[in-house]
Formats: sequence, C-alpha cells, structure tokens
Amino acid sequence: MTTGSAQSDLAASVGLTDADLIAMYRTVALARAVDERMWILNRAGRIPFVISGQGHEGAQVGLAWPLERKKDWIAPFYRSIATCLAFGMSAQDILMAQYAKAADPSSGGRQMPGHYGNAENHLVSLSSPVATQMLHAVGIALAARIRKTGQVAMTSMGEGSSNQGDVHEGLNFAAIHRLPFILVVENNGSAISVPASQELATEHVADRASGYGIPGVVVDGSDVLACYAAGREAVERARRGDGPTLIEAKVIRLTAHSSDDQQTKYRPEQELAGLKAMDALPQFRSQLAEAGVLTEAVEVRLNAEIKAEVHAATEYAEAQPDPEPSTAMQWVYAEEWPSETPPPWGLTGPGTSHDGSGGGH
Amino acid sequence: MALKTFIEAIRETLADEMRRDPTVIVLGEDVGKKGGVFLATDGLWAEFGDDRVIDTPLTESMIVGTSIGASMNGLRPVAEIQFADFIFPAFNQILSEAARMRYRSNNGFGVPMTIRAPYGGGVHGALYHSQSVEAFFTHIPGLKIVIPSTPYDARGLLRSSIRDDDPVLFFEHKKMYRSVRGDVPDTDYTIPLGRAAVTRAGSRVTVIAYGLMAHYALEAADVVMDEGISVEVVDLRTLRPIDKETVLNSVRKTGKCLVVYEDNRFGGYGAEVAAIVAEEAFDYLDGPVTRIAGPDVPGVPYNHVLEDWFMVNPEKIADGIRKLAAY
Ligand SMILES: Cc1ncc(C[n+]2csc(CCOP(=O)(O)OP(=O)(O)O)c2C)c(N)n1
Repeated sequence: MTTGSAQSDLAASVGLTDADLIAMYRTVALARAVDERMWILNRAGRIPFVISGQGHEGAQVGLAWPLERKKDWIAPFYRSIATCLAFGMSAQDILMAQYAKAADPSSGGRQMPGHYGNAENHLVSLSSPVATQMLHAVGIALAARIRKTGQVAMTSMGEGSSNQGDVHEGLNFAAIHRLPFILVVENNGSAISVPASQELATEHVADRASGYGIPGVVVDGSDVLACYAAGREAVERARRGDGPTLIEAKVIRLTAHSSDDQQTKYRPEQELAGLKAMDALPQFRSQLAEAGVLTEAVEVRLNAEIKAEVHAATEYAEAQPDPEPSTAMQWVYAEEWPSETPPPWGLTGPGTSHDGSGGGH
Repeated sequence: MALKTFIEAIRETLADEMRRDPTVIVLGEDVGKKGGVFLATDGLWAEFGDDRVIDTPLTESMIVGTSIGASMNGLRPVAEIQFADFIFPAFNQILSEAARMRYRSNNGFGVPMTIRAPYGGGVHGALYHSQSVEAFFTHIPGLKIVIPSTPYDARGLLRSSIRDDDPVLFFEHKKMYRSVRGDVPDTDYTIPLGRAAVTRAGSRVTVIAYGLMAHYALEAADVVMDEGISVEVVDLRTLRPIDKETVLNSVRKTGKCLVVYEDNRFGGYGAEVAAIVAEEAFDYLDGPVTRIAGPDVPGVPYNHVLEDWFMVNPEKIADGIRKLAAY
C-alpha cells in the first residue's frame, strides 16, 4: 500500500492505520465486484444460481476485520462473500464456487453456489438449512475454551434465521459457559418476502440478548468503522473470557433474495429506490476520500486491480474442469467402504445434462 | 479377563479413552455428578472435571451441534442422548450437518464425534422410552451406526467409534445394561467397525440380528436345535457400513435367511438387509427372505400384556425359523 503505516485522524480514531482502511475498502469493493459479476454470469446462462451479499458487505468486512485470520473461526452464511474475502478466501475461490468446479475449495462442486467454507482459513462449511452453523461456532468456541487456544468463534445469519431454535439453544449454552463467541445478525429487514415485523415481536434481534444475560449491540451496517468498533469490542470481551456478544447490524438487501426470486412482487418500487442511500460502499468511499485516505490515484489503481482480479478469476474458473463422476463417491467417509455400493451405471458414465433453470431456492 | 456387565464395559471404556486422549470429552444431560440416568458416565466427572464432563442444558440439538463444532476444532466429543427416543430434536444436526460435513466440503472437514444413546424396549418404557431408532440413521450415508450386543464387543467397538474420524452413532440396548454379562480383557483391544460376527455356526438357516435380538436369536437357535434345525447366527454389530461379506457368505451356505429386528417392521433396518440378500444371494436361496420384527404400531405400549405382544422374543424367532426351515 502506498499509504504505508500513515495514520489519518480517521484511522487513529478507530486504532487502525490508513493502510488498514484501504485494505478494508478494497475488500468491500472487491466483494461487490465479484457479486456483480455473479449476476452477469447468471444472466448470461453461465451459472444456474446466484445468492448475493450486496448491501451486506460493509458490515461483513467491519465485523470480520478484528478477528485473527487462520486462528479465529467464522461460520458464515450464504450472503457472506465479503466475510469470506476478509477472512482469507480469494475472488477466484468465490468464483470457483459459482461455477462448482472440481477444484472449488468450498466443496469441489458439490454444493450450490453460496455454500462457502474453507478449512485452511477456518471458515466452516455451511449447509442450506438456516442457522445450523450457530451451534458449530458455539462448539468451536467450547473447544477453544477447553483447549485454551485463545480463539474466538463468530457466526453470522439473517434476522429471519435468528428465530430458529438452534440460535436459542446455542446462545443459552454459550452464555452459561461464557464462551468466546459472537453472533452477528445481519438484519436486512426481510426473510425472502416476509418483513421483519412478521418475524420478530421486538424491534431488534439484539433485544433478545438480555434474555441470555449477554450484551446485545445494534450497529449501523452501512457504517463500516462502527461495525469494526463493535466487532473489536466483542472480540476483546470474548478473549478476556467475559463471554459472548450478540451484534445486530442493520443492513440492506440490494438484490432479490436469489436469482430465483422476483422481489418486485412483494417489495414496493419506492423501497427499492431508497436502498441505495443506505449502501455502505459509496459511504465508505466518501468517508475515506474526505479523510484524505482514499486519494483519486489510489482509487483508480484499486478499481483497475479489482477489475483485473475479477476478470482473471472468472476466466480461470470458466476454464477449470468439472468434477468427474468417478469422484462422486469419495469422502462419504474418511476411508472407502466396499459395502457402500456404487449405482448400476457405475462411476464412469457421463453425468446427466442440466438445463440450468433454477428451482425456487 | 474379568466378568463385566454391559454398562460396566461402556463406563470403563469411556474412562480409558479419556485417560488415553485428552481431547476426548463427554457431554449430555445429567452425565456429570449424577453419572447419567443409567450411570454409564458414573465417576467420569470426579476424575476428569467440569471441562471434560459437561452437564448440558436440555437441548439435544445443541448437544450434537456443538459436538460437531468442537470436533472441527480439535476435540473428540462423546455426546450422550439420554434416551434414543429424544434424539429427534437433534435430527437436523445429525442428518444435515454431521453426516454431510465431509462430503459437502470435499474432505475439507471431518466430524470425529460419537453419539451414545440407550434404545430398545422390554423395560416398561412405553412409547417414548423404548424406541429402536436405528433405521432413521442407517438410511443416511456419512454416518456409522454401531449396536453391540456383548460387553466384549461394546468395549472394542466403543474404542473404535471414539477413535474414528467420522460421526458414529452408538446405540446401547438398555435392557442389556445390567442383564448381560461377559468376559472383558483389560487389554487395549479394538474391534474394527464394519465387521459382523458369526456367533453360532449352523447349516440350515441364517438368522441375522443385532443388539438384544442377537441374544434372542441365539436362544431361539438353541430351541430349534432340539428339533433338528441347525441355525447360524450373524450378529451385525455395525449396521452401517454393513459387513455384506459375512452376511452373504452365511446365506450362500445355508440358503435361508431370517432377519430379526425389534423396530417396526415396515421400512426397518432389516428390510435393507433382506433386500441385499435378495439381490446378491438370490441364486443360493431355498426360501423367501423373511423377517421377524416389531409390529407396525406407533410405539411400544406400556401395559405388560401389550408390551409382551409387541416385543420380539426367542419364541417368536423360533417360530419364524421353523416356518422358514420347512420350505
Ligand atoms: C430451515 C430452513 N427453512 C427455510 C429455508 C429457505 N430459506 C432460505 S433463506 C430464507 C430466508 C432467510 O432470511 P434471513 O435469515 O432474514 O436472511 P436473508 O436471506 O434475508 O439475508 C429461507 C426461508 C432454509 N434454507 N432453511
């Protein structure tokens, strides 16, 4: 970074350097660029399904930044593109998941796009039933406490998902044992089509924290540095042994729920038009520009880098081979079992062709 | 060699494994000071303390879900579900998470976790303290399902389960806890998962069973022996992965196969065994593959007359053997 260890007043106010701020901005912008590329590829018929993180990126980067990569853990959810990028995955890794190629580091092409995970980067592989990852993160925090590793575990999910029983069971247990755990609820105001007012009787998900005897924090998800500060406080608290924190970031969903969703049916035009004003990306850009951290020259360079990175990642993923049917029975167990019978058509035949149409996810 | 009850074998194996490997922890409801409702974990809390023997809240999904997480971060949890009947709140975590983690991450993550649960009827436990739940789980690729029938096997198989790198469900028939005794050596022996045992050699009918039914099958074999019917008994021990070789070798020898299970008959685990035998040993069969299994009612009824009507016992098995032998 050209800024080196320089520290503007803005950076100093949150205990970071200008280089940190630029790296954070770059991650937010990269996540957006990757996400936009996903939609283009979907429209072009290259990838059958997209689930997006647009509108969540600022909160995700701010909240993941205080965690230590390859030491701490995150159990992400399907909108966590920026979280995964902030925690060590690359644009190429994300695009490999979109294309579901053999070398896709999340699942080797086994899972739908959006189901990220990467052991090397301590990002837990996620499934589709929402909120199950809650308990994995709590279990990781339990192991951290028992093994005295000093690790912190964070998980994230939407406000709709936060109603699941696993969230209650996990918060209760994490609070009883004061585990080094952070629950991030990225509240974008709707669960597919159902507004938060029909999902929650309280105004904030964070209001529920008091029922577990833990702090509940509401933070503006369009304010990256406010999210960073909230995340850092929760991480410090967790490392001190003072237990979990529930952080609710108010975010926006800039896209339909997924590429299979027609959101104009349930979201008024007006609401959609107003969203852009609450987008973290332009806000963070002007905040950093005003503070003199993000100069025009730096921005031009970053834009060019990001464009090239997304382009290269797409080209790479596009050219990669699909998984072979001969590998489809691998890793049911750690070792192969002769009694687990392959189908009568064997393991070498071609896979069935796919028309690429979605199925209402 | 010492004579031990089934539950003593389990308790001592848990203690041994915790001594051997500091990453093994035990968690569940009342497993601490009380030592579990059946006393399977008695003494562990006193020896290993709060960190490694955790009394959890009444939250089965959490018990399994956090065990999955803990197993991804360096521990080998042994979770106890107080009764198999109460495992269903954790079903999603077992099916969608534990079983699929390795496959869905293309071997990025594994879940070296054991779930122990007492199952089975004949103990006046009625609908919700008697169930055989194995079929729900044997259906799921990615899980290993173990049901031992002797203290010797319980010890060797529990060791292997805890040391295994994949999720294992270890079901213990609660009627056997104190009624079944057997020799258990003090050595650190293991029994590999996925291996059945021929517990009685015979020539005319193969009976395939597991758990309490493996004992009843032996008793039934004794009864019909006096009538001149020689029965071979295969105790599966591990239900999945199944030891097809031992099953098929036996059926190819006897030409007749009776599958016995305590669970409801329809769609029970034995139905899969019957299908395997029918598909892969058809040319050797001298009679239909038949089943003696629990009746298709929604649970084991409480009243002793009704419970006796429900439960498979040696007489019912002997009857099934006679009919099959007559073919
Ligand atoms: C257990 C379960 N039920 C239903 C679904 C289908 N589903 C996927 S996402 C979703 C809405 C989730 O909303 P929210 O948690 O608010 O997150 P958001 O998508 O708005 O970010 C639903 C209903 C699912 N994946 N899992």
